[in-house]
Amino acid sequence: MSTRAFLSFLAVCAVIGLLAFGLLSKGETKIAVGEPVPDRELPVLGGHGQGSIADYRGRWVLVNLWASWCIPCRQEAPELDRFAQHYRKRGVSVLGINVQDNSDDALAFLREYNVRYRQLRSVGDERSAAFGSTGVPENFLVDPRGRLALIWRGPVDQSFLEQQVVPIIEGRS
Amino acid sequence: MSRAIVLAVSLGLLAFASPALAATPQTSINDVEDEVMCPICGTLLQLAESPQAQRERALVKRLIASGKTKAEVKDALVAQYGRNVLALPEGSGFSLSAYLVPAIAFIVAAIALLFGVRRWRRAAKGPPGPGSASGGDRPRGEDAKRLDADLARYDL
Repeated sequence: MSTRAFLSFLAVCAVIGLLAFGLLSKGETKIAVGEPVPDRELPVLGGHGQGSIADYRGRWVLVNLWASWCIPCRQEAPELDRFAQHYRKRGVSVLGINVQDNSDDALAFLREYNVRYRQLRSVGDERSAAFGSTGVPENFLVDPRGRLALIWRGPVDQSFLEQQVVPIIEGRS
Repeated sequence: MSRAIVLAVSLGLLAFASPALAATPQTSINDVEDEVMCPICGTLLQLAESPQAQRERALVKRLIASGKTKAEVKDALVAQYGRNVLALPEGSGFSLSAYLVPAIAFIVAAIALLFGVRRWRRAAKGPPGPGSASGGDRPRGEDAKRLDADLARYDL
């Protein structure tokens, strides 16, 4: 192989490599019911320290991805708060993860809608990517072993919580 | 005496002016929003009008009003939205290739052009080769006879 042909081959390989890198780095994350929930330590929103979904091992936890600019989140937040208060003593928690947002606006949102359940904060949309998220809000029910029991890519309301989430928690579905 | 009065008045004016100077923003929204993205919109903040962009713009304005420099504003945005918020690639790591690759490509292209031009000039100056029009492309045999006949007929 001549030097010129070898250099051309190298150049073509470099271009293909760059294209492959670009495609792979934009690859979607796929999650599924029954698999371990994507998890990592995140800062507590508006507080000190860190937290993760693993903190709730042994309990059911409904993970809610939300942002303050998200309009459906405004209707959903009070419903989730009521659910959290009602089911707290039955081993069920709600955990908010604020994504694609800034903390000032997020905290103002929590004050405005009187949200009391625990909140973590993802810088940018890093957690959205981990959950393969396509928008906000999205909800993920995690069982006591840390596995996904329900994936709901959209807002929840009282009837959804009672008809879809509660039966799973109570072992009725 | 008058010099002392002028000095005292000047110092007094400076004392009043310094808080105003300190409160002067060190950068502007226009200066920042063409260098940062609205990460959710996927466009420059300057071009985005979505609710997310409005929130981000309001945050930038608050940071500027609090006296932050452009670099500090960008750092604060990265802390809130991640590195995707920066419109320009970083000057380190893999992102450095965004600056290096075009520069290297330009240098390689310039060198290739230089060699090409030199070769072309050498070829133009050198003796006619077998492929040149003045050399081995002369018609032969029947073609040569026909050419001569045509030239004679048209008196060229």
